[in-house]
Amino acid sequence: MTQASTFETDQDQVALICERHQKDPHRMLDILRDVQDQFRWISRETMATVAGKTGLTQVAVEGVASFYAFLSLTPRGRVTIRLCDDIVDRFAGLPAVVEAFENALGIAVGQTSADGAFSLEYTPCIGLCDQAPAAMINDVVLTGLTPEKVREMVAALKGGKRPEDLISHRFDALSPYERAKRMVKNNVRHAGAVLLGPVPEDAGLMKALAQTPAAIIDQIAASGLRGCGGAGFTTGMKWRFAEQAEADRKFIICNADEGEPGTFKDRVLLTERPHLLIEGMTIAARAVGAREGILYLRGEYVYLRPLIEEVLAERRAKGLLGKAIMGVEGFDFDIRLQMGAGAYICGEEGALISSCEGLPGEPKTRPPFPVTCGYLGFPTVVNNVETFCHAARILDCGAQWFFDMGTEGSHGTKLFSVSGDCINPGIYELPYGLSVRALLEMAGGEDAAAVLVGGPSGTMIARDTFDRKLTFDDLATGGAIVVFSPERNILEIVEYYMSFFVHESCGYCTPCRVGNVFLQKAVAKFRQGLANPADIAYLKDLSATIIETSRCGLGMTSPNPILSTLENFPLVYSAMVKPPKDRIRATFDIQSAISDARVLAKRRSSIYDKDFTK
Amino acid sequence: MSDLPKARIATASLAGCFGCHMALLDIDERLIELMKLVEFDRSPLTDIKRFTRRCDIGIIEGGCCNEENVHVLQDFRRNCDILVGIGQCAIMGGLPAMRNAIMHSDEPLRECLEEAYIKGPFTQNKTQIIPNDPALPLLLDKVYPCSEVVEIDYQIPGCAPTGDVIYEALAGLLSGRFQGFEREHIRFD
Ligand SMILES: Cc1cc2nc3c(=O)[nH]c(=O)nc-3n(C[C@H](O)[C@H](O)[C@H](O)COP(=O)(O)O)c2cc1C
Ligand code: SF4
Ligand code: SF4
Ligand code: FES
Repeated sequence: MTQASTFETDQDQVALICERHQKDPHRMLDILRDVQDQFRWISRETMATVAGKTGLTQVAVEGVASFYAFLSLTPRGRVTIRLCDDIVDRFAGLPAVVEAFENALGIAVGQTSADGAFSLEYTPCIGLCDQAPAAMINDVVLTGLTPEKVREMVAALKGGKRPEDLISHRFDALSPYERAKRMVKNNVRHAGAVLLGPVPEDAGLMKALAQTPAAIIDQIAASGLRGCGGAGFTTGMKWRFAEQAEADRKFIICNADEGEPGTFKDRVLLTERPHLLIEGMTIAARAVGAREGILYLRGEYVYLRPLIEEVLAERRAKGLLGKAIMGVEGFDFDIRLQMGAGAYICGEEGALISSCEGLPGEPKTRPPFPVTCGYLGFPTVVNNVETFCHAARILDCGAQWFFDMGTEGSHGTKLFSVSGDCINPGIYELPYGLSVRALLEMAGGEDAAAVLVGGPSGTMIARDTFDRKLTFDDLATGGAIVVFSPERNILEIVEYYMSFFVHESCGYCTPCRVGNVFLQKAVAKFRQGLANPADIAYLKDLSATIIETSRCGLGMTSPNPILSTLENFPLVYSAMVKPPKDRIRATFDIQSAISDARVLAKRRSSIYDKDFTK
Repeated sequence: MSDLPKARIATASLAGCFGCHMALLDIDERLIELMKLVEFDRSPLTDIKRFTRRCDIGIIEGGCCNEENVHVLQDFRRNCDILVGIGQCAIMGGLPAMRNAIMHSDEPLRECLEEAYIKGPFTQNKTQIIPNDPALPLLLDKVYPCSEVVEIDYQIPGCAPTGDVIYEALAGLLSGRFQGFEREHIRFD
């Protein structure tokens, strides 16, 4: 009886959440996030209610609910702890932290406590690599975890404290910026001329508004600015395509999904330069003629949400967003914040747009490209956080100023996020063209045996090539530099990153969904010493197939951890191969294959048990 | 040509339905030509149970569902220069591998046997006993394709493969010029 009535009120509240989002199916991710926050899970009944309200089918709702890691179809704890289980965290002491959590909470990773108070989970990189091991606890983050800290925290939480109280006893009184600073260190180790040095407020926007859209685009093009999200597409060209597209509506989207493991530079920009970012988006809107913008913030950065919302509100109040910006009649532009929900693939621009549209975060078929057919089919510019910030600075200081920094083909500065085995992990803003060695010297990582440039989808290099340059033409990177010391096991690192891609593949194409599983298994075989010489060719073959037949950048780069280590650390593989005896597979273990049957049949094997007759 | 020693072929049916062996006969009258070039050693077709000597080609039907399959397959690998998997059962596990779908169980093998011998809606087993004669080989935890147990040199796809495909493969292997199949011969849609 009481159950039925709570059910009714629950569903009433779900209906209210739908109303709050205008029952708009494109707001599905927001609706389901709110449901998740309130009820800690999304039940079948809830999906039916949401489907009814938004006019979608229940499977469509379930498609979204089941896609995102932060939405769950079974009840999660009121306090959900998500531990980053990246290899960087593992090397930084994660196993002891996990053990402390498991002991203190009395549940294993992947479980929810019987009273529904706690859930403990793993999650891939949450962008706090410079202060690993790190974890999210509901909407706050904790860094530099140790077993002692964990025990204290769990005791406090069990004693009725909120996760927020772990950050500060007067959390609610702090400004969003102060809260972020208490949770996360910026670790800016080197400020460059463009982004992290002194930046005058809205100077770029002011100058932009005195120019024609074409002149703005000309300047961006002349500066040589290329996208900082990884792919490095020329920003001026992207804006020009969008400007030339004829449409009633156009969109500016900021990609703040920052999912590539080892990348955390956008986190620092979002904390320290949020106004510059919005300024850059506003300039882009002016340039291409867009009136609507979306800032897509990864679910892991939910702790920055109040800060961004405050900045947006402040700018609206100052007339820097909204109608007639800076008094320019007819220049209207506003931005909504779209929260992600734990999916690396949503950093891919097509998937990001799908996600903004309230769909599962699946990439779109290209062409058409977003600049002509993006969000809801309208021309859309998607740029990385750093790219927008650069654009605003270029408008202020001039294209030539930017162009003169860096090297041929890679102009300006770049934020590098350095983590792993080095003395000074953190953010380095440096002109393009530095060698990896030079960066390692700055970061105190000279002893490195391996450096992963550009995250798992980038390149793993060895000591003998540390003189390679950080440019688009040599070692391109969205900013991730992960340092590994000589005692690290390269194959362990590779296997971890393959498991990351297995986990994050959206599943649309078979080569990526299945092939990456096979690649991971093959690497595991090498680690166990069960690989044979033909397996090296197998790795290369399968990698080539995945790269060639995948639909989006994830599949096209997921074999890189294997391919780049095969190339740069060949001995690591060849040392582990053994020619098979009699061409019989060492990976097949007859003893474990018949062990179940032995128990069921209550007898031993007449073929494989030597003591069968006993 | 006829002075050359004949190639020796051995065959075995593991966890298969014998359909692939029957399909060998679909070569039809070309079988007569083929028999001029080859002789059969260990095979259900000859009823020879042990290798009499090393063979050039071993043909395997079916995957591995029990320990005896594994034993035979390993024996074939040791005694044949070229090992050919024939049919989906050998290549992927085929129909018998349907039991691999019982994966969300703590005891998949028990569940499978109970379904087959006790609980299945069409099971008529008055004794309610799961067969367990000591002469029965122990089952494996799941059905394995041949290539997971030993290295397989070639695979002839189909369930069962057509006579044309089988002939194409054997003729190619015997002449040492096997280059893979004509695309239309291995299209099944
Ligand atoms: C699997 C995958 C993940 C990506 N993740 C991100 C990301 O987290 N942030 C980002 O800015 N770009 C990411 N990208 C690149 C975007 O697709 C897109 O190229 C970029 O946002 C464009 O902005 P830019 O030109 O300013 O770099 C990703 C691409 C792929 C294929
Ligand atoms: S390549 Fe992978 S991530 Fe990309 S669309 Fe295909 S399955 Fe999805
Ligand atoms: S592949 Fe088909 S014909 Fe051949 S053994 Fe298996 S089920 Fe029988
Ligand atoms: S936060 Fe753990 S590796 Fe990035």
